[in-house]
Amino acid sequence: MSPLTLITFLPVVGAAIILALPRHNHKLIQWTALFTALVVLIITASLYPQFDMQKVGINQEATFQFTEKHSWIPAFNINYHVGVDGLSFPMILLTALLSFLCIPASFGIKKGVQGYFALFLLLETGMMGTFIALDFFLFYVFWEIMLLPMYFLIGIWGGPRRIYAAIKFFLYTLIGSVMMLVVMLMLYFNTIDPVTGGHTFNMLHMMDQANQTGIILLHSTRIIMFFGLYIGFAIKIPAFPFHTWLPDAHVEAPTAISVILAGVLLKMGTYGIIRILYPILPETTVSFGWFIALIGMINIIYGAFCAMAQTDLKKLVAYSSISHMGYVMLGMSAFTAAGLQGAVFQMFNHGTITAMLFLLVGVIYDRAHHRQINGFGGLANVMPRYMGITLLAFFAGMGLPGLSGFISEAMVFIGAFQVWKVHTIIAIFGIIITAGYLLWTLQRVFFGETNPKYLDIKDINGRELFTLIPLGIIVIFLGIWPHPVLDLMNSSLSHLANMMSSVTPL
Amino acid sequence: MHCLDSYLFVSAAMFVLGLLAVVTRKNAVSILMGIELMLNAGALNFVAFSRFSTANLDGHVAALFILIIAAAEAAVALAIFLNLYRLKATSEVDKANLLRG
Amino acid sequence: MYLRQFAVGALENSNIDNIMFQLAIYILLAPLVAFTINIFWGKRYLPRGGDWISITAIWSGCAFALYMFFTKVLGNYDPNYFQSWQFDWIRWGDYQLRIGIALDNVSLIMLVVVTLVSSLIHLYSTAYMKGDPKYHRFFAFLSFFSFSMIGLVLADNLLIIFCFWELVGLSSYFLIGFWHEKDSAANAAKKAFVANRIGDVGMLIGILLVFTAMGTLNVTEVIAGVAAGKMGGMALTIAGLCLFCGAIGKSAQFPLHVWLPDAMEGPTPVSALIHAATMVAAGVYLVVRIFAILTPEASLVIAYIGGFTALFAATIAVAQYDIKRVLAYSTLSQLGYMVMALGVGSYTAGFFHLVTHAMFKACLFLGSGSVIHAMHGALHHIHSHDDAQDMRFMGGLKKYMPVTFITFLIATVSLSGVPLTSGFMSKDAILGGSLAYFMMHPQHWLLPVFGFGAAILTAFYMFRLVYMTFFGEFKSGPEAATALHESPRAMTIPLIVLGALSIFVFYSFNPFNPASGWFSTLNPQPDRAYEQLQAVAAHDTHAEAKSHDSHSKHEAVEKAEHNDSHGTVVESHGEEHGEEVHATDAGGHGGGHDVHHTAHLIAMVISIILATLGILIATMGYYWHKIDPNVWKKRLGPVYLGMYHKWWWDEIYEYTFIGGTKLTANILAWFDGAVIDGLVNFVATIGRFVSVVHGWFDLYVVDGLVNLTAWIVGIFGRFTRLFQGGQIQRYVLYTIALVAVFIILKVL
Repeated sequence: MSPLTLITFLPVVGAAIILALPRHNHKLIQWTALFTALVVLIITASLYPQFDMQKVGINQEATFQFTEKHSWIPAFNINYHVGVDGLSFPMILLTALLSFLCIPASFGIKKGVQGYFALFLLLETGMMGTFIALDFFLFYVFWEIMLLPMYFLIGIWGGPRRIYAAIKFFLYTLIGSVMMLVVMLMLYFNTIDPVTGGHTFNMLHMMDQANQTGIILLHSTRIIMFFGLYIGFAIKIPAFPFHTWLPDAHVEAPTAISVILAGVLLKMGTYGIIRILYPILPETTVSFGWFIALIGMINIIYGAFCAMAQTDLKKLVAYSSISHMGYVMLGMSAFTAAGLQGAVFQMFNHGTITAMLFLLVGVIYDRAHHRQINGFGGLANVMPRYMGITLLAFFAGMGLPGLSGFISEAMVFIGAFQVWKVHTIIAIFGIIITAGYLLWTLQRVFFGETNPKYLDIKDINGRELFTLIPLGIIVIFLGIWPHPVLDLMNSSLSHLANMMSSVTPL
Repeated sequence: MHCLDSYLFVSAAMFVLGLLAVVTRKNAVSILMGIELMLNAGALNFVAFSRFSTANLDGHVAALFILIIAAAEAAVALAIFLNLYRLKATSEVDKANLLRG
Repeated sequence: MYLRQFAVGALENSNIDNIMFQLAIYILLAPLVAFTINIFWGKRYLPRGGDWISITAIWSGCAFALYMFFTKVLGNYDPNYFQSWQFDWIRWGDYQLRIGIALDNVSLIMLVVVTLVSSLIHLYSTAYMKGDPKYHRFFAFLSFFSFSMIGLVLADNLLIIFCFWELVGLSSYFLIGFWHEKDSAANAAKKAFVANRIGDVGMLIGILLVFTAMGTLNVTEVIAGVAAGKMGGMALTIAGLCLFCGAIGKSAQFPLHVWLPDAMEGPTPVSALIHAATMVAAGVYLVVRIFAILTPEASLVIAYIGGFTALFAATIAVAQYDIKRVLAYSTLSQLGYMVMALGVGSYTAGFFHLVTHAMFKACLFLGSGSVIHAMHGALHHIHSHDDAQDMRFMGGLKKYMPVTFITFLIATVSLSGVPLTSGFMSKDAILGGSLAYFMMHPQHWLLPVFGFGAAILTAFYMFRLVYMTFFGEFKSGPEAATALHESPRAMTIPLIVLGALSIFVFYSFNPFNPASGWFSTLNPQPDRAYEQLQAVAAHDTHAEAKSHDSHSKHEAVEKAEHNDSHGTVVESHGEEHGEEVHATDAGGHGGGHDVHHTAHLIAMVISIILATLGILIATMGYYWHKIDPNVWKKRLGPVYLGMYHKWWWDEIYEYTFIGGTKLTANILAWFDGAVIDGLVNFVATIGRFVSVVHGWFDLYVVDGLVNLTAWIVGIFGRFTRLFQGGQIQRYVLYTIALVAVFIILKVL
């Protein structure tokens, strides 16, 4: 059995065990969940030394690693086919890490503990499965599995407007899923399995242009398919103008769920574009590169401006996520090795940085019971340790050198500038706005006279530090020495860049 | 005087009287009496046809059968009426409308 | 190729080179280690908040820097000295972005300046910051700042320069906003960071342009690439100006000058460190570094920006009353000088002024800190809430603070450009350079006007400051005066050292000819890359005919071939008037030397006259009281107001850029909530409306049909029910009636 199967389905087993435990023994449930996630994290981390960084993956079945393939639904040639390459492996690391850290961050939850942790672990299964699936149908199934727990986690454990947010999130994402489903079926019925001659859901077969037949060879169909998949993934990113579910969902979701939502789920969108859209429809994608770059640029500037106008701390962080995901889109729109690698590295870095930001918002919310930026003031003197970590996270979000965000942003700019000069130059101005709103927020929250209401507010505690410090260390370490993550993806993404640059646009 | 017609006239009169009693009276006992009258009219017809037509005693037997039926019927009916009276304190059939929708 | 040779060479044969590297790395990392220790453990576990760790780190670094300087630059001068040490930092595809540290004469000199000033300020801070609740954090940040600045000096790659560039911005953010309880300090810190970021955007674009054209960011390789013609013309001009944007931000040139005066909200040692010697000098240092790739057009823009800033800031400094603000605007003005010098091609003069200015301006800031320290005590003594930095409450302090006074006066004299000082030499060289440029390009007459205009104003406002602070009567009353005292030794020693370094002997033994000093001799102007390119082109054209006639051209070709950008062998070594050996631009090959010589003499005479004049006016106004400043304020009217209100630039920015940004943010947020989210909700509403209509249709049409059927059946039912009265008697009647009917029908 592949270790990937193990890390995917262990959380479900954990969830089942949790459901079997006595309902009111919160401690036991929490520690079971933590233990499950820890085991997953350890297994995932132990894959790191075994991972061969030279192997390419992307569209070459033989060079995927830790693969496993079983027939699942033979009637439709659907397989349980999993494996990782340099694109998905960093995402799996991120998922395992954030899932683990989010569990202690959820220890404060008092309502329906059993259901919460069971759903949370189910969510982890969905996320892992999405990243490792190599069969489009399997991918779709995991994609939907992820959706359901999220709906309940927001809808039950969320804030005052949780129902609205959960429904909005669910419906919005479902629209994207439907688009994807249609394109998936179009691909299925027009792709020939080179071995059996029948239809296939195997992504790697779909990527081989020689296997594609029939209607999907038409340019017009390909454009429709491009936009179908694009919208399906763009909603998840979320790309302008499909982003409005994100602030609502974040504001209402409990802290740990926000972390997962921003840290992992948003990456699914860009991951899907790179994993599925790029190799399957390369020449269509290349001819719409300008479009992806444009949306990326809009995301950066627009998200930053919207963040500046927010008064709710969590909403501000949510909009900053939108802005930061724009860098990913800008980087990957260039189809250069630097841009793609910058984009995927930015996905990883944004996962860690935004996780820190949301955890930090959660810390202050637990103490002050509100998130109004203007309602704080002068916390620097009463919460020095909290301020230190917040500064780290904020400056990382600003892309300050020495922290991981800088390297990915620099790579994105270097990669994108070679192709999209105007887009990149406009996008660079986003870093001023980012600095503006983050510093302004720092000032309003921490500087000035201490708000008399919060004179005896408690500084960050050990449990919260436990969730934040690993992320902080990663952010600093990767900012100084990015190789551990960059090298993972180098050969895969260089290969993808070569693939994309060798096609002729429409 | 010994002709069939006279028997039939009497019988018809009894039957019509009994029928009228059944249709018009509200009191259960009166209706029961009407029914008895009609039964007796039938019995009279049996006997009369038996006397004037054939040599066997089929008609007589039928008349005796009717008498027995009438007696059994009266017993059952009176039992129902008693229960009705106990339930509704009345013997009028119109009041026995428990099954009405 | 060239790099590898040096790197390998360094490892193989030269022991001293190895030591140099180890020392450089030590100098770089020691403050970082000090920062890490102090920020985490300084307050709780270390005596004196761990200040001794920071001090040890920077003093030892300074000692090593001096050692390197004396062995390599002074002792064993090699005009082509260059070493670098690199490693892969980022990889993508087959490309490896290598970063590392590079040592050459320029970086060694800069290293000495940075570590020396920083060391003295560390020492000074032990007294100045004594008793502050965040004492340990202050030293941690000082160390972090030193680390960033040293890294900036040593960096060999534009991207890594950018990294340290931003880190310098970050540490200045912490230091300016050190007293963040004050809103003004928090605002100033934010303003500084954002203003720097704006410049950084330009710089980043410049870096991207350079990288896209050349595929490398290593400074040496970039210069070699330009010399080899990989980039040129308009693209190179734009790239050069974009890179210069970074310098505009960091060196606070117009129009991004607004952050620097506000940054005076930080503790005074910070002002001295950041705003005199190091951070603001970083911008100039960057221009020094990229000097070789600047095109004439780019240089011209740089010269105008610098010249304008020099004059513009000087006019504001004249009307300020806050002692630190005067110095802040004077810093702006002096930075303008340096930038202008680099713009007009007086490389050596610009860099020289950077060094001398670092010394005397640090001295001035620390001196003002000493004054503020004393004033603070005095005003506190009388429970006054007057501003301890306002010169109108000072006066006559020379009696009470003799050391501060004397060192301050030396630095003032130096800044004003009085002979026998370092400032005279460097400023004179700049003025000479701008005058020479004007003589070669008469249409640019504004540049020397800027320069000389700023010179007279500088002398005036500095002496105004000295007279208002140290002479006359103490304005806060005799009771407060009793509390005045000279600052402790930890504060006066740095003043003495820096004051001494403002005297000519350290730079040149002939006070009227800096060119004969070590600095100018050892820092020849590097050849412009485009000039090399032209030389190569010329060489190619006349290759056969004149292959051996032009020594310099031949040399240029050789250099281009060797990818070497660092100055030619200095022929001027020991030459008498060799301040500018090389022509300032392509057009000046022939007469450059003479023009410079003449310009230098004229400039010296004019600048002495102007400095004297400025001092004289200040003396008349503030010492002899022959001129009443208040009368002149009225006479100047709006001009004075403009000076006093800093020409309203803060207000202009507040209403245009800052207000505009906030407005845009609010509009976009509204747009997001109302339009985009509104659209989403509208779609949802349409969905709900459709479902309502559909529900109605379902209820009344689809279900209606069903109900209609049922209704018809019901009608029939009701009709038949008529016959079912529940009365058996009626049934009997019906039966009878029917039977009767049948019988009648049968009979009929």
